[in-house]
Amino acid sequence: MTSGWTWYVVALAVLNLIGCAWLLKGNTRRGPNDPKPDETGHVWDGDITEYNKPLPKWWINLFYLTIAFAGGYLVWYGVGSLKGYGHWSSKSEWAMESAAEDARIDDTLKLYAGKPIDVLAKDPAAVSMGRAIFINRCAACHGSSGHGATGFPDLTDDIWHWGGTPSRILETIQDGRHAVMPSWATTLTAQGGATAVDDTIAYVLSLSRPGQPQDAVERGGKLFTGICSACHGPQGKGNQMMGAPDLTDSYWLYGSSQASLHKTLNEGRQGAMPAWKPVLGDIRTRLVGAYVWTLSPHKEPPPAGAVIAE
Amino acid sequence: MVGIEGSYNDKVVRQFAVMTVVWGVVGMLVGVIIAAQLYWPGLDFDVPWLSYGRLRPLHTNAVIFAFGGSALFATSLYTVQRTCHVRLLSDKLASFVFWGWQLVIVAAAITLPMGLTQGKEYAELEWPIDILITIVWVAYAVLFFGTIAKRKVKHIYVANWFYGAYIITIALLHVVNNLAMPAGWFKSYSVYSGAVDAMVQWWYGHNAVGFFLTTAFLGMMYYFVPKQAGRPIYSYRLSIVHFWALIAVYMWAGPHHLQYTALPDWAQSLGMVFSLVLLAPSWGGAINGILTLSGVWYKLRTDPILKFLVVSLSFYMMSTFEGPMMSIKTVNSLSHYTDWGIGHVHSGAIGWVAMISIGSIYAMLPRVLGLSKMYSTRLIDTHFWLHTVGVVVYIASMWIAGVTQGLMWRATDPETGTLVYSFVEALNATKPYYLFRLGGGLIVLSGMFVMGWNVFKTFRLAEASTAPLAVMPPDAADARA
Repeated sequence: MTSGWTWYVVALAVLNLIGCAWLLKGNTRRGPNDPKPDETGHVWDGDITEYNKPLPKWWINLFYLTIAFAGGYLVWYGVGSLKGYGHWSSKSEWAMESAAEDARIDDTLKLYAGKPIDVLAKDPAAVSMGRAIFINRCAACHGSSGHGATGFPDLTDDIWHWGGTPSRILETIQDGRHAVMPSWATTLTAQGGATAVDDTIAYVLSLSRPGQPQDAVERGGKLFTGICSACHGPQGKGNQMMGAPDLTDSYWLYGSSQASLHKTLNEGRQGAMPAWKPVLGDIRTRLVGAYVWTLSPHKEPPPAGAVIAE
Repeated sequence: MVGIEGSYNDKVVRQFAVMTVVWGVVGMLVGVIIAAQLYWPGLDFDVPWLSYGRLRPLHTNAVIFAFGGSALFATSLYTVQRTCHVRLLSDKLASFVFWGWQLVIVAAAITLPMGLTQGKEYAELEWPIDILITIVWVAYAVLFFGTIAKRKVKHIYVANWFYGAYIITIALLHVVNNLAMPAGWFKSYSVYSGAVDAMVQWWYGHNAVGFFLTTAFLGMMYYFVPKQAGRPIYSYRLSIVHFWALIAVYMWAGPHHLQYTALPDWAQSLGMVFSLVLLAPSWGGAINGILTLSGVWYKLRTDPILKFLVVSLSFYMMSTFEGPMMSIKTVNSLSHYTDWGIGHVHSGAIGWVAMISIGSIYAMLPRVLGLSKMYSTRLIDTHFWLHTVGVVVYIASMWIAGVTQGLMWRATDPETGTLVYSFVEALNATKPYYLFRLGGGLIVLSGMFVMGWNVFKTFRLAEASTAPLAVMPPDAADARA
């Protein structure tokens, strides 16, 4: 801000504050020619009149007090490019406070440095801190109880698309994941004709729900082997290295309706988990990991036939 | 028999008075609907024009500019004639102002639910409507100041200072804040950008509160309180000091809406200190109103209209104390963005603005209908109690909800520095108070229906006598040559 504008603002503010004080002072005492307090001079609309009683003392003092406070405050905190006598700025206050807080918090957090999340999960204090971080950072997508939503994985089961070992989960949290299911409709139709997408869906559904139309399943199976098995595996058990889901279980990240499965095959899916290490730092992501570790029962082994990430 | 020039133009006053009640019911009904939506979100039925984001500006525009605006037009055009002892400058202009303003309101009621908005709070209406507002407003200014110019008394009564300041300032605020580049009939882009746009918006926004909802209604107070109490205004000197201080200082207070934002520190400081300086001038008006009743407090026992006026002044004092406190940065960091703000604005809007308007309409309507009083004084009393209880329930629930939110949002675990609660947890904690708020709103709305009935019956009583009232000659000592 240029000094010209600064002085413009200062002049206006001073003029306004002094003007108020002048107005107040000028009307505190009754002038020699002014009407007496109980005199009602003019009459409007038949019966509307005015006394001229003195201003209440407490009110006058309150007014002066706020004017004095305003002047003092502006001198201390500054106006425009003029720095105040207090040398205060919101930026420096924030920097000082956050440096002090960070130092204190680092003291607490360093206890947990470098520890694997399944070890931290046994420490109730670590889990409780992890939960606090989770509800503020992760709950928006995964839900406040960690049950997930359409497109956002449930964290309370034993299904881990990118691997369920402590180190894989931590990696997912810290560095993020980007799953890519391409759009396959064109390729499928080129190879398997007009019913190709329906056939493939019938085959994929038959992996977990028997009773799909037999001829469609047969046609779809061939297409699956030729195209989908590259990522989802020959038996459809998935591949944790690239986050390709197991298609034989009952869990459907994007839902199992015909509409949703058509959308998946026609348009593809882009599942994105952001990288949290740059935001939260190493130790806090470990604490979140510890909380996430406690959500899952860790009872079921990963499906046989899947590519497992350690 | 008096000639046209020898009588008051009360037609426009009656028109605006009726529309005050109609728009009051409509605006508060929409308020109740959106309060219910906050408790039962499914109440928008997935219909876009019933969604909260579109109905909320409809509610604010309806209560401020349709209900409050009509009350101000009615009372200012009544007061200026009575205290200048002349008929309005022009009947045609008066008629244009009435129909023009109704057109603005109808245009708002159509475009806002359609989702057409400038996205500026209290200045949502798109540019063609803004131009219409400007034209109607200039016509109103000509009508009001033209009437003052041809007055028959030497001195301009204090109520007219306040109405005058409001008319001039609202014109300035409206034009400056709505400067925009049109991109088609229903879309425009503000000429300001970034922090400057925010600053201009809240310079407008706060002065809409300051001049539309405060200064103008003080004008109403300065006529109807002494009239109804039958007492002289307490102090002429006090009115001088607080009038000039109020209109000078209000202009600075806008930045307190932008504490802890990208606005420069010093602008935030100015907004805060001038808000504090504003406390005394704001209270000056309330003191002048309340002390006018010294000697006639007993009248409150029998006159519910006076109760409306006095309680409105109490709410005025309360919210003009609360406002400066909330502008203090430390308090603001707790209160801002919470329902405390909603509570504050409603103690001003349904406590001060609505109660002074309702009281004034009850006092004025019989006089412009050639009657001595409203159809039922008892129903005025019923309305008074419904309204008062409703406001208190509303404000108290929003205070509790607001402070709860503020405390939960800032609660930090001292060990890790992480937030203790998620947003949803704070929302859950405040949900019961949303139900209380809805209840308070329903009680206020039911009072408005009582008023509607009373006004309807009063008009039925008056059907026989619609003879124009003769202009009262000014007091000989005050008459202008």
